[in-house]
Amino acid sequence: MIKKIKLSIILFIIATAQSNALIEVDITRGNLDPLPIAVSPLSADKDTNEKLTKELKIDKVGQEISSVVENNLRNSGLFNPLNRDAFLQKPNIAHLKPRFEDWSLIKAQALITGKVTLKDEKLRVEFRLWDVLAGKEMMALAFTTVPSNWRRVGHIITDKVYERLTGEKGYFDTRIIYVAEEGPKTKRIKKLAIMDQDGSNTKYLTLGNELVLTPRFNPTNQMVTYLSYFRNLPRVYLLDIETGIQEVVGDFPGMTFAPRFSPDGKKIIMSFAMDGNSDIYTMNLENRIVERITNHPSIDTSPSYSPDGKFICFNSDRSGYQQIYVMKEDGSKVKRISFGKGLYGTPVWSPRGDLIAFTKLHKGKFYIGVMRTDGSGERLLTENYYQEAPSWSPNGRVLIFYRETKTDSEGKGFSAKLWSIDLTGYNERMVKTESDASDPSWSSLLSN
Amino acid sequence: MNLSKFFKNAFLVMLACLVLSACATKKVQNQMQGDVYTGTETVEYLASGVPDRVFFATNESVLTTASRDTLRKQAEWLRKNSKINVVLEGHADERGTREYNLALGERRANAAKDYLMTYGISANRISVISYGKERPVDSGSNPLAWSKNRRSVTVKAN
Repeated sequence: MIKKIKLSIILFIIATAQSNALIEVDITRGNLDPLPIAVSPLSADKDTNEKLTKELKIDKVGQEISSVVENNLRNSGLFNPLNRDAFLQKPNIAHLKPRFEDWSLIKAQALITGKVTLKDEKLRVEFRLWDVLAGKEMMALAFTTVPSNWRRVGHIITDKVYERLTGEKGYFDTRIIYVAEEGPKTKRIKKLAIMDQDGSNTKYLTLGNELVLTPRFNPTNQMVTYLSYFRNLPRVYLLDIETGIQEVVGDFPGMTFAPRFSPDGKKIIMSFAMDGNSDIYTMNLENRIVERITNHPSIDTSPSYSPDGKFICFNSDRSGYQQIYVMKEDGSKVKRISFGKGLYGTPVWSPRGDLIAFTKLHKGKFYIGVMRTDGSGERLLTENYYQEAPSWSPNGRVLIFYRETKTDSEGKGFSAKLWSIDLTGYNERMVKTESDASDPSWSSLLSN
Repeated sequence: MNLSKFFKNAFLVMLACLVLSACATKKVQNQMQGDVYTGTETVEYLASGVPDRVFFATNESVLTTASRDTLRKQAEWLRKNSKINVVLEGHADERGTREYNLALGERRANAAKDYLMTYGISANRISVISYGKERPVDSGSNPLAWSKNRRSVTVKAN
């Protein structure tokens, strides 16, 4: 369904300047003062523009790519892309040698310039990042790819700029898989949907004939595991995104749910409900061997592996109420880690390994929060009427989750939307989707 | 197993006593006792005098006295109509995480199934499915609506 995308990245040799940059963006604290950055529209000659307009049905691909970059930078909350109308220097000239006085006049601290050319049916994009105050080039890169990949080029440029300025990997060339929702609350129709991290390129993977829930990517983003009520038998399924082929995971005599992949992608971990009791199981996708991980008369669900695969955090009500527990991958050494007031659910281990994100219900309010893996340092990031199921950006800096609205006295006004928030608790914003949406899961970086 | 059931039942009786004594002093709410729905608004009937559903307290899968009464009626009806099989559909309200609610719905439907079985209905005639919070009957965001949605519904399968 979604083509494998080959993208060659060639590093420029010219001045891969080991210059000590003056600008740096601190992402460890809430950033109330985003860095002013100018994204000069990528320049293209007339011939290139005409050919690309024909092929891609968009005017001026260079400007469009720049818009993707600007939008990404703005949404990160760390950058303030300046209005193009204020730019004094022409894009093609700025790309060769910026007149830094012009750019510092409009208060830009960093500048991105670039150029698009079409050669042998391939799109060639080069860009440079400049430190305006120091008057130096910080980075220069070029990509070659098929023209239809132009949005991804914008995302990759953003990732490179983000990484150069913050010192951490970006999360822009990524996708979100989620459940698209429509219809009345009592008869919701749900479909699996996939989109770029910025909400573009939405594609639907199921038709809505059966209820589907909780999709999650495998580490290479080729496969998705999710819960489907196909033929009214709620079971965990595996879907190959490229071929569209789906299969039931294992042969369980009851409901399987809450699936996730192991970090090596070889296993699916999930809950299996038998005679009213839910325990955690794994199935090895290579040899089909099923292993029971927990064996307790309480509900054990929402398992999530640590990035090294050695531990599992999960949700259990064995203490009487929903709490978060951590155990070794074989199910031994079970330890409760949540001890605050309220109920805790949906633990997810951060890709950096140091934190667990969760949903908390306390006094009728729902919170998204994080704690260290031993349960210390609990921090609540956002409070609302209803929200749950955080999923980490691949760099472990942003969480995406879904939020539902309270209905009025007549039961009207229900909606479900995706939201994201920085680990710092800042930059809370709605992620635009074509329809109502829930159960988001963030992919890893598509290009590396 | 039997012993634990005995304790469960004993606990229920105690709980019922507590609830009743608490309510004796308070004004009994119209359609709820504690936070268990006691109204009939959403209830349908498998046959005359045989309600199709039972209701639960928040986060609970313990059967109330009223629920047990309903299930005994269902068992009697099932004994008389031995060709009918049923599906027990377990549900939760919207105030919980999706995955936990799936497990909770399963637990509720199984509590009803266990009770039907103790009244002589074969496990072969009963299947169970959990919808978690996916299929509320009342789309309201208030305690009464939630109480209607915390339920196990017995549905004819054939």
